[in-house]
Order: sequence, then C-alpha cells, then structure tokens
Amino acid sequence: MNDVLMLAQTSAGATLIQTVVKSIALGCVYALVALGFVLVFKASQVLNFATGGISMAGALFLSIMIADRGFPFVPFTNPLAPALGETAGVPLWILHVIMAMMIAALLGVVLERVAIRPMVGQPLFALAVVTLGLEIAIGPFNRDASAVSSRNLGVPWKTNSWEFAGAIIPKSYLAAVIAAALGFVAIYFFYRSKLGVAMRAVAFDQEAAMAQGISVGRVFSISWALGAAIATLGAIMFGMSPFPPSGTVSLEIHPVLAFRVLPVIILGGLDSVVGALYGGLIIAAFEVFAGEYLSGYNDILGSGYSTIVPYLVMLGVLLWKPYGLFGTAEIRRV
Amino acid sequence: MAFGRPLLRTSYDEDAAIFPSAFQKGAVVVAIAVLLLAMLGIAPFDTIPRALLGPTWLNPVTKTLVFGIIALGLNILVGVTGQVSLGHAFFMGTGAYTAVALGGNGDEAMACIPFHEQFGLLERRGDCGLGLPIWIWLPASGIVSALIGVIVAPAAIKVRGLYLAIVTVGLVFIGLHLGRMLPEYAGDFESGRNWPELQFRFWGDGDPLLDFTKDGTWFGLIDLSAEQKQFVLMLGFLLVMILVAKNLVRSRTGRALQAIRDRDVAAEVMGVPEFHYKRMAFAISSFYAGMGGALFASYNGRVSPIDFGLLLSVDFIAILLIGGAGTIAGTMLGTVFVELLPDVVENMTEKLAGQLDSGGLMGPVANFLLTGGGAGDFGPISTSPTAPGWPMSVFQWNFVIFGVLIVVFLIFEPLGLYGIWLKFRNYWKGWPFSY
Repeated sequence: MNDVLMLAQTSAGATLIQTVVKSIALGCVYALVALGFVLVFKASQVLNFATGGISMAGALFLSIMIADRGFPFVPFTNPLAPALGETAGVPLWILHVIMAMMIAALLGVVLERVAIRPMVGQPLFALAVVTLGLEIAIGPFNRDASAVSSRNLGVPWKTNSWEFAGAIIPKSYLAAVIAAALGFVAIYFFYRSKLGVAMRAVAFDQEAAMAQGISVGRVFSISWALGAAIATLGAIMFGMSPFPPSGTVSLEIHPVLAFRVLPVIILGGLDSVVGALYGGLIIAAFEVFAGEYLSGYNDILGSGYSTIVPYLVMLGVLLWKPYGLFGTAEIRRV
Repeated sequence: MAFGRPLLRTSYDEDAAIFPSAFQKGAVVVAIAVLLLAMLGIAPFDTIPRALLGPTWLNPVTKTLVFGIIALGLNILVGVTGQVSLGHAFFMGTGAYTAVALGGNGDEAMACIPFHEQFGLLERRGDCGLGLPIWIWLPASGIVSALIGVIVAPAAIKVRGLYLAIVTVGLVFIGLHLGRMLPEYAGDFESGRNWPELQFRFWGDGDPLLDFTKDGTWFGLIDLSAEQKQFVLMLGFLLVMILVAKNLVRSRTGRALQAIRDRDVAAEVMGVPEFHYKRMAFAISSFYAGMGGALFASYNGRVSPIDFGLLLSVDFIAILLIGGAGTIAGTMLGTVFVELLPDVVENMTEKLAGQLDSGGLMGPVANFLLTGGGAGDFGPISTSPTAPGWPMSVFQWNFVIFGVLIVVFLIFEPLGLYGIWLKFRNYWKGWPFSY
C-alpha cells in the first residue's frame, strides 16, 4: 500500500528508475537462492526442494541471534549481545549473517549425510522427492516452533533510502546487489580452486572422479554446505525492508520463496551458475515490471498476479528451449 | 486355470485377466465384504478401525476412498507412464471449480455477477452456480479437467524428468491464483464456499431420488446414516474407477504407456506415438483428478481454493512412493497408509491426553510425550492445538511424520508397501526354505 501511495507522487521517469532498480535488486535475491539450487545440483544431481526450508531456517537463525540474543538449539546467550545495542552496527550485523550462514551450512551437511548419501545411485526423481520430504519435515519447525516472538532480522539500515532524481532507492537494494556480487564472485573463484575443480569433475562423471582419487562424499557435503549458505544469504536479503516481508522473516512468504525461484533455475538451466544470475535478473524484471505497469489491470488479472508471471514466463521459455537458456541438453539413447 | 498352481497360465486371456488368480479374486471380495460389514457397525469387523480412529472412523475412511480415486489417476501418469507430475492438485482444483459452477446453488440473497472485480465492484458478490444435478456436474468436472490436461500436455511433453516436475509445480501456483481470481465460483480464498450437495435427482429442485446428505431409509429396506450412505457411494465410485484403471493397464493403450515409461525413445522406435500417448495419459489422469476433486469438495461440503496447493500434490506423490508406484494394489495400500496415519496419530494423542496425570497404564508415556504448557513440562507434543511455538501441536507433528516417512521409505524400501508385501509373500512361498 505504501508503495502505491509513494508512486502516485512520483514522475514517470522516477517510476521507471525505481522499477529498474527494484527489479535488479529482486533479481539478485532470486539469483542467490537459485545459486543455492544450482550448486547442489551441479555436484550431486539433486534438485534440492529443501533449499527453501534450509534457507528460511538460516534466516531464523540470524533472527534468533540478533533479536533474541541467543543461539539456535543451545541454551547459550549470544556473547556479542552487549555490543549489539539497540540496533546492530553494519559490521556486527554482517558477522551475524555469516554465523547464520555457517549454521545453515551445518544443517545442510547433516541433512545430506542423513538423507541423501544413502540414496546415491537412485533415480533423480527419487532424490528430488526425498528433498521434498525434508522440506515438509523442516516446515513445521520453521513455521510453528520458532514463531514464539516477532522475528525481526535487525537490519541496521532499517527502511532508510536515498533519493535520486525523484526516485526513492532503499539502501536494502544496494545490499542485495552487493551480496549477490560477493556470492557469485566467491563461487567463481571457488570453482577455480583445487576443491572447485574436484567438484566440477564430480559433476561431470562421479565414477571417473572417484577413480582419480576425489572423495565424492566430501564434495557432496561441501556442495550442500555452500548451497545452504548461499541460499540463506538470499533469504536474509529477501527479508529486508522494501521486499514484501519488510524487515522480518515472514511466515507467509519465506516458505514459498524457494518455489518462486523455481522458474529462475528453469530459465537459466538446472546446472548453470551463470544461468542462475541471468535467470534471476530476467524473471525478476518480468515480475517487477508486470507488477508496476500492469497494475491498472489489477481488476482483470486479480490481486497478486505478479507472483505468477514467473511461472508463465517459465512455461513460455520451456516450449522454446526445453533445457533452459544455459542448461546442458540431455543426450538420449535407446 | 490350473488349481493349486496359480502361476501356471495356459492362455493369453488368463495372463491378461484382471485378477489372475483365484486368491486375488477372493481377497477383493472378502475386502469389500469386510468394509461393508464394518460400515454397518457389526461387531468384530469395525473393532480395529474404531480402536485406531475413534468413534467417527467412517469420516476419515470415506475421505480415504475419495483420495484413492485421485491417487489412481496419478498412478496412471506417474506409475504407468513414468511422467512425474507435481500438478495433480491443479487438476483436482479445476474439477472442483467446474463442479461448483455447474452443481452449486447460486446465492439468493446477493446477485451473482461473474468476474465482479472487472466491473469495479470490489466487495464480494453472491456465489454463482447453475444448480444442475450430480449426473451432469460429476462427469463434467472430469471432462473439463481432462480437456485442461490436453491443453497443458504439449508444454509438459516437451520437457522431461525434473524439468517436468518443476513445470507442474508452476501449474499448481497458477491454479491457486485462478482460485483467487474467481471468488464467485471458488469462494473466499481462505474459507471457501458451499459446494454441490451429494444428492441424486434427475432435474430441478424436487425431492432427491437418493440423498447422501441426510439420515434415512433406502428403498424401504435398510436404515443408514448420512455418513454410511456417503461411504457406500464413494466405495462404489472407487471400485468402478479401479476396474477402469485395471482394464486400461492391460489394454493396448496400457502397454503403450508402459513402453513409454520403460524407455521413451525405444517405444517411439517401435512405433508407439509418444506424443499421442503421453497426452492421453495426461488426459486420463486429469479426468480422475477432476472427478475426485469434485467428489472430495462436495463430500467435505466446504473446500477453499488454498487447499489445492502444492502440499496436496506431494500427498499423492507420497501415496505412490510409499505404496509402490505402478501397481494398483500398491496405490490403494499407500492411500490407506498416508491418509489414515494422521488421523490415527491425532486419535492416539487424544486418547493419551485422557490418560494424562491419571496414573493409568499409559500415564507415564502421556506425561513424557505431552505437555500442557506448565513450567518444567518438557514433552514434545503440545495439547493446545493453536498455540504456536515449541512444543508443537500434533497437527504440526503430523507434517513432520509425513516428511520423514517419505524420506525413510525412499531410502529403505523404494518399492514401498507393495515391495514389503512381495518380500513377505516370497518368503512364505518358499518356506521353510529360503528360496
């Protein structure tokens, strides 16, 4: 509602700037979560539906550490609590974000070890359904068990924004873009490290990689840890104020964030890191621009129509390119 | 049929029979008889369901019968044709909306204006509905869903494997939005509207020939309650649909579908038109889903659009995987297991709550598992169903159990309950030898 009132006063040019910036920021959030999917799929051929549950858990971990001054699972108080003050400073907040990502990574590793490792060699769909089962089992803990108090993320810049040529640009947008840039650059360099090469080798051919002395199990663990951490970063960025959940972990929107990202990974291709970035930006652009410039037709399209635009784009793209824009086509033999 | 040698088949007809052995035929007859006797409340037959599900056990069992119809449809698509679909809830939804548009009664107090939002009227208008009888809206809901399946199929056939699964996830979200767009048909997004009643009449508003919503005597012969009547109706539908599915699988079409499942390229090389049969599989499966969705909606009396979400689709995938995909017996086993387990857990928790602090036999167990929210009470299950936070209510625990069950079955028994039955049977076949 606030957005609508705000936009009513802005000129057409300012609206365009705002829309472009918002679509880039949202695209970065989508790209981060999509990267969480792609990292896991590239290494272990698992379409990880539990990404949503794990990343929301990660965002909740941040909230537990910042807002409740505690730690998840253990009854210790946060030793940094006195330094946090009323609102955490930017460096301290980033430190907490990294800690939350690490705990989420641990959760990812544990889930992989318990539920995915025994399934190696099973059909891809069976593995995907296992992760669906995990997502359902994590859900109640995220939705219900942690909903004891307001789940504030303690974002240091709250709803502050800059003004540029009449356009209002929230600081959170810049944060999302920086986070995505860091995430993708980190993965770029990671894939050029020794471990990263091992991961690419496993993605190419598990048996051959094993024969070369690569520990495939370790690669799986690391890919799940990385995927969980990156997706968590995306979920936290999504929780910042101008995005729908406004500064909190939303019990309504966060659980479906991963499902909103599915069109992104389809568009980019399940196994393409670059595809995640381009897919995120394209899908978010369609969603934000449709939400902005078709809002006059809200009566016909129904409220909240912009959230299904990505799925329609996905259907259209799949008719044209069945393996996404950057995905590897499967060679089919009899 | 050679008696005593059930695996000896001397003709093609015997091999393709619906029930290839006398044992199976007998088992089906006995199962139906036991179900009917239990429904009438005759003592030894209804003891087990009554103990597991409580005195109102007929309701969850009837719901399970409806879900059995829908699961059969998904089995044709996923189990027989091998096309993974997470969009079954979407087709259930389209069937249910069709049923309510054709069979639901329009609102008398408020005018029904379709697409009222488009006229700039933002407050809700009356419900729309033509009030047609069941013999129109029930087949129509299946047919409309099947048509939508045919329309969607080209997009779905183009992609395969995980991509197909994701496309069908997209369908579910598009369906949810359709429900939100058409409140005069689907009802309020969260609370829904009244759905067509399960009454059989030829036309008009007169007294129904068969009324499944009120207690009463049938044909002057037998006195049944509304629940019992609905049970009989759903059992009848399920049996018919099982027969149709069984016949489909053993026909030329069924063989083509199975060839596509086993290797689609090979099937095409052998002259099975892949596109044609995949589209047919989508249509048949959507028909089952649409009819089942309409029955489910009108049986429940009130279903809201939000119920046709992804979780419902996962429910049916879980039914197939836990029961054993590709077999009709497995589908039925899975439906019973997946749909009744939450009710069993809830009923057991209720019984345990009654034992709380009573000092009875189960008293310590109850005190360990349940918590009323008092200080120093550390049970994992909360007895207050609505309070959020740890400990969670039994409804939330049911989700956790459901998710863990999917994982456990896929890891330890990929063939599902049907695989367990096969192992059991093979063990006793060779007994006392190991094979």
